[in-house]
Amino acid sequence: MPLFDRKDKSRYVSFTRRTLMLGAGMTGVFAVLAGRLYQLQIIEGDEYRTEAEDNRVNQRLVAPPRGRIVDRFGIELADNRRNYRVMIVAEQATDGVDAALAALSKVILLPPHQIERVQHDIAVNKKFVPVPVAENLSWEEFARINLHLPYLPGIQPDVGETRAYLYGEELSHLLGYVAAASPDDRKSDNDLLLELPGFRVGKRGIEKEYDRQMRGEGGISRVEVNAYGRIIRELSNEQGTPGEDVYLTIDCQLQRYVNEKLGEESAACAVMDAQNGDVLALTSTPGYDPNLFNIGISETQWKALTDDDHKPLLNKAISGAYPPGSTFKTAMALAAVDNGLADLQVNCTGSMTLGDREFHCWAWKKGGHGHVDLQRGIQVSCDIFFYEVARRLGIDKMSEAARSLGLGVPCGIELPGELGGFIPSRAWKLARFGIPWQQGETLVNGIGQGYVLTTPLQLCMLAARIASGKALLPRVAHEVGAVREPRVVPTALPFSDNAFAAVRAGLNAATNEPGGTAYAWRITEPGFEMAGKTGTAQVRRISKEERLTGVKDNSELPWNLREHALFIAYAPVAAPRYALSIIIEHGALATHPHVQMARDILLFAQQRDPAKLPTAYPTHSADTGKAGRA
Amino acid sequence: MTTRPYAAARRTLSLVDKLFEINWGLVLLITIIAGIGFAMLYSVAGGAFSPWADKQMIYFAAGFALMIAAALVDIRVWMQFAYPAYAVSLLLVLAVFLVGHSALGAQRWIALGPLELQPSEPMKIALVLALARYLHGLGVDDVSKPLRLMIPLVMIAMPAFLVLKEPNLGTTMILIADGTALLFLAGLSWFWIVPTVTGIAVAVPLAWRFLLHDYQKQRVLTFLNPQSDALGTGWNITQAKIAVGSGGVSGKGFLQGTQSRLNFLPEKHSDFIFTNFAEEFGFVGCIALLILFAVVIGYGMQIAMSARSQFARLLAMGVILNFFFYIMINGAMVMGLIPVVGIPMPLISYGGTAMLAVMFGFGLLLSVHVHRQVEIPRLSAGII
Repeated sequence: MPLFDRKDKSRYVSFTRRTLMLGAGMTGVFAVLAGRLYQLQIIEGDEYRTEAEDNRVNQRLVAPPRGRIVDRFGIELADNRRNYRVMIVAEQATDGVDAALAALSKVILLPPHQIERVQHDIAVNKKFVPVPVAENLSWEEFARINLHLPYLPGIQPDVGETRAYLYGEELSHLLGYVAAASPDDRKSDNDLLLELPGFRVGKRGIEKEYDRQMRGEGGISRVEVNAYGRIIRELSNEQGTPGEDVYLTIDCQLQRYVNEKLGEESAACAVMDAQNGDVLALTSTPGYDPNLFNIGISETQWKALTDDDHKPLLNKAISGAYPPGSTFKTAMALAAVDNGLADLQVNCTGSMTLGDREFHCWAWKKGGHGHVDLQRGIQVSCDIFFYEVARRLGIDKMSEAARSLGLGVPCGIELPGELGGFIPSRAWKLARFGIPWQQGETLVNGIGQGYVLTTPLQLCMLAARIASGKALLPRVAHEVGAVREPRVVPTALPFSDNAFAAVRAGLNAATNEPGGTAYAWRITEPGFEMAGKTGTAQVRRISKEERLTGVKDNSELPWNLREHALFIAYAPVAAPRYALSIIIEHGALATHPHVQMARDILLFAQQRDPAKLPTAYPTHSADTGKAGRA
Repeated sequence: MTTRPYAAARRTLSLVDKLFEINWGLVLLITIIAGIGFAMLYSVAGGAFSPWADKQMIYFAAGFALMIAAALVDIRVWMQFAYPAYAVSLLLVLAVFLVGHSALGAQRWIALGPLELQPSEPMKIALVLALARYLHGLGVDDVSKPLRLMIPLVMIAMPAFLVLKEPNLGTTMILIADGTALLFLAGLSWFWIVPTVTGIAVAVPLAWRFLLHDYQKQRVLTFLNPQSDALGTGWNITQAKIAVGSGGVSGKGFLQGTQSRLNFLPEKHSDFIFTNFAEEFGFVGCIALLILFAVVIGYGMQIAMSARSQFARLLAMGVILNFFFYIMINGAMVMGLIPVVGIPMPLISYGGTAMLAVMFGFGLLLSVHVHRQVEIPRLSAGII
């Protein structure tokens, strides 16, 4: 081959020879590796197997401190405090677990159900895993255990951290609680921290929503232990990462005030900054003590919570869906103005007929409202006027208006379990019941009854949206660690300024002009006046016979058949800053206690003015510019 | 030469011809080994695809595409690319010092936008390419001439020195081993080899034994390899040996390994992944894996020996030796034969850059196979 170098052949021969030499070398190396494997796995395999089984060096995961939950002014709502506890390690209890527990019960009080739980935990865990026996001991109890320790084989006193909810019930639904990780939690989350005995994960509310961020990363402590599991020395200690703090938009003071006002009622209330959607208070009563779940709730306590007809475990503010009643008329009025019904005039005689059905105004006994226009319709909450509005708009336009106001879908607040309420449509009705939409239903839904459902949070958002004219979205978390939660810049709502002006005038008339449905409970302090809309949500159907013999007053009915009382409002009227919604389940009474509560809350909010007080959020140099513009 | 209608014998191969010429058996073997890696990453994550196995599959898919693409590129093109690739890789290694960040006390990574790159990985391939190109131009007798030998030695020394300063002793060793092995294959005279090897073999233990004090030795070891002394007790290696040894003959079974699941092993998903395999599949599994590796290496050697140009032969052997050194160092390390150095098990350990580099290397090997009949005149390579 003249083209190629004559030396190529010699190169090829040399290359091949040396390649084979390297091949032999590589074979040798593989033989050494195989030999080493033979030595480790077959000759010494049993030894190593034993060593693996009782690996004398224990690696312990150290739980990081959980992030705090803090309100807008830096007040701690959930914090960690020292938890003196006592654990038992089954394999170290030389006289048996029962004997160890019996000995321990002579030192501290151990109720039988607690002993049963410990025995169960020991049965499901590995023998070397420390199982908590009692937590949150007093210092004296803890000291007593330490004193008697030589006579308590298998018992290990330990200082851990536990979650403390400083305001208990008052923030229970908002914050949620932490509790021991369940097998399901462990399945869905392979963070090794969950395997730690006594480790708590967020189960509801903010604790659940931001569980991962607040949890942090576990540290690792490697300790050498002797045959009894006693620690000889610590070999290394890798610090974990503490969990992130969560900064809420909530004003703890306002929240507590609202809670106090709602009292024993089964109720929910939301208060929001009507300029940016920051939720200042979000309550649902009755609450529960979140600390109970952390410490370990007893069966009777749990039963009491689940059996209560006031549903203390339900966060009614976001997970309760109610017919909005007459508060829905605000949305209908907005749609009316923009659909050429701004000048609609109706003569209310107390009832109207559509087909063969008769529809009543709530004021039918008094003979109706007489001549009603839009403003008066809102002011006196005339059903006949809004039946007419609904009849003329039709269900399609009504639903479209309600949806554009954010009803029918969850607001997207940073809390688990938020419902979206419901706004019906023709297609849904047909698919669900197989019957086409009836015009009578249009009328009923037009006054917020029928199929329409909203959550109290949505109603508060509705009030804020009417007050601001902007598509505000509620937001409860401001910052998680150093990360600012996004604040969506609200877009304009698809209603004209005229429509907002007309509805606001109606709401103002309802509270501040004689004859208004809430006039008797208005805010009289000058400059603090509120504008609002009452609502009643029917729980039962009023029969024709009852209507003839006289509709029973709510006070004559059993509690669970009474109507729900609702109210949405904003204040001050001139330059709205605070929006509110309140619902008292089965609380519709002639004295309008819910409007009274709303009045007090809005007055308190305005006088305290948390929206204008400087917040205590940590500032991050990176986003100060953005914050200035927001 | 042959009467067979041999597609590769034609001057130019179409893309389809090349696809048929790819050694798909080798590709299958590589995929099987990578699959074992996925299973191990799934296992050390406690039976979950996240956080490692799923990403590793993506790395492998990307590497697979890279491998096939590299295989289809003409071997002469790779030859053209050899020196530029070497220069770029060297610059990247240099860049580690300027913009890199450290992990585990060593500076090895640079950020390229959202990607993290460990430039010492492409460096190994680039060194093989550049040396193969240089040595292609030298006859058997030329290799041993001192002046001709200087250049490849400098080519090896520059990256080796930089990587050593990171510090990354394992990669330094691989770079030197790859380089010297290629010199050896190119026909370096025994008159160079025998005295050098003897000299080193005698000098190092002597210096270690008599010249250095204990604290100096410790300091040298710690400097060369910061992770070895994390606990001062040889923690890693003790635990790794327990993991491997406790596997016994047939292992504890898939997902049943206790050592790595209980987090006794550091770096269980990267450098120490083999221990988890050994623990779960025992001696039988380990030998099977070694055989798989050996077959890949055998394939590679066969490809090298059947290529018609010196460049292709050296390139193929360079890639295969690089693969082998990874296995050797990682294997010896996790079995406690040598100190801990940061070298992953190829195709199995978690890591994007290493996976891409290894797969690209196999791409070059396949390219050698596809273009094995291509003849390249010696002088076309030039002197440098």
